[in-house]
Amino acid sequence: MESAQNSISWTGLVWSHLRKDLQIEWRSREAINSMLFFALLVVVLFSMAFDPTADTSREIAGGVLCVATLFASVSSLNQAWAREIRHQVLDALRMTPSDGAALFLAKVLANFLYVSIVQFVLGPIFFIFYNLHPLGNAWLLLLVIPFGTWALVANGTFFAALSIRSRNRELLLPLILFPIFLPALLAMVLSVKTILTGDNSDPNLLWIKLLGGYDIIFTTVSLILFDTILEAE
Amino acid sequence: MKKLLFAVAALVVLALMGWGFYQAIYVAPTEATMGDVQRIFYYHVPNAMLSYLFFVINFVASLFFLVWRRGHPGRAQAADAWALAGAEVGVVYCSVVLITGPLWGRPVWGIWWTWDARLTTTLVLWLIYVSYLLTRRFASGAQMQTLAAVLSVFGAIDMPINYLANRLWRTQHPAPVFGGGPDSGIKDPHMLAAFGWNVLAWAMWGLLVLGIRVYVERRQQAIDTVAALEALAGD
Repeated sequence: MESAQNSISWTGLVWSHLRKDLQIEWRSREAINSMLFFALLVVVLFSMAFDPTADTSREIAGGVLCVATLFASVSSLNQAWAREIRHQVLDALRMTPSDGAALFLAKVLANFLYVSIVQFVLGPIFFIFYNLHPLGNAWLLLLVIPFGTWALVANGTFFAALSIRSRNRELLLPLILFPIFLPALLAMVLSVKTILTGDNSDPNLLWIKLLGGYDIIFTTVSLILFDTILEAE
Repeated sequence: MKKLLFAVAALVVLALMGWGFYQAIYVAPTEATMGDVQRIFYYHVPNAMLSYLFFVINFVASLFFLVWRRGHPGRAQAADAWALAGAEVGVVYCSVVLITGPLWGRPVWGIWWTWDARLTTTLVLWLIYVSYLLTRRFASGAQMQTLAAVLSVFGAIDMPINYLANRLWRTQHPAPVFGGGPDSGIKDPHMLAAFGWNVLAWAMWGLLVLGIRVYVERRQQAIDTVAALEALAGD
């Protein structure tokens, strides 16, 4: 039994963390429900604030979708770690021999799944509210949106773990996350806009490549530095 | 002795700044197409170059802090003081860049600001380091120092993007004057001299402020340590 536990693989660790998070979410549905309602509110607020016609809505829709996701996920990312602080679960996790990167990756995967579900439900509503029909390559959205979501969730999970240790935990996360996420937001908004308007302004898909590069660099750095955050005393 | 040293250094820096101003405003010839507005270049570019220098100081000091924080707590505290000072002076220099840029852009481009890659990444760089300074206010103690050092690594990732922005993309921001290709560089010796003197003057000024800031922070750390020990003894 002892040796069986020692020989547990890294992917096995990630899986057991992930299974725990998914199970909690399946029973409470806290994160998904609150994110969904919050994002819906942002979409409604924006459409009332701007009252867009079909042409202008194509121009701004990408930005509204990204910003709605951004605000919604910030509200739930804090909760992802706050849950671990209650009953000293985080301290218990730190005492286990597993490394922090596995815990981090599992949290990112879980949050990525929640945000993706929210986008999947919200997408059709969004297209109806803004009278959209994409003029460019719509299938590219299946590439751009997961890339952008990954950038948001990977950084968001990392900086939520960082800011949870500070005094004003809820306030600090957006203050750190937004500036660092800005390049990815820009790439995501510009590629979604190109796809919706079909203006062919980015024939080499430079912005999508940039987004992919951003994902690789920031995820790697986060994985390397997560142990430092977790052990910060 | 320390006060005398500081006074001498401050006088030298003041003299250099005055000489740099004289060179930039009176000696350097007026640029052919832009006119006198171009003289802002002698402040904008040195500040941009030096803001990289101070952010690099912040990054390197943060790395040393992360390496030393377990084994050498004393050295780690010194590294943290350098990291804080580097970020603060860097933000000031980056602010000068962001202020002088639009002052030049308005008469030359006709607009104060445009969202091209160079301007956007510079603004992002400034925002990241402001959030670094905010983080240091929101948490306290050794924990805050570790979190800030980690954040500094993320700030450092944005620096190469900012440096390469007007080399990779076709930006409205002018192409790099130095290291931008075979045709780059300043041709007029008086212009080059004015530029060089201002780089030197602003570098000396920044390093002086950096030194003072490190000194003050080290004093603060010493006071905090004594206060913490007294609080422990009082229990």
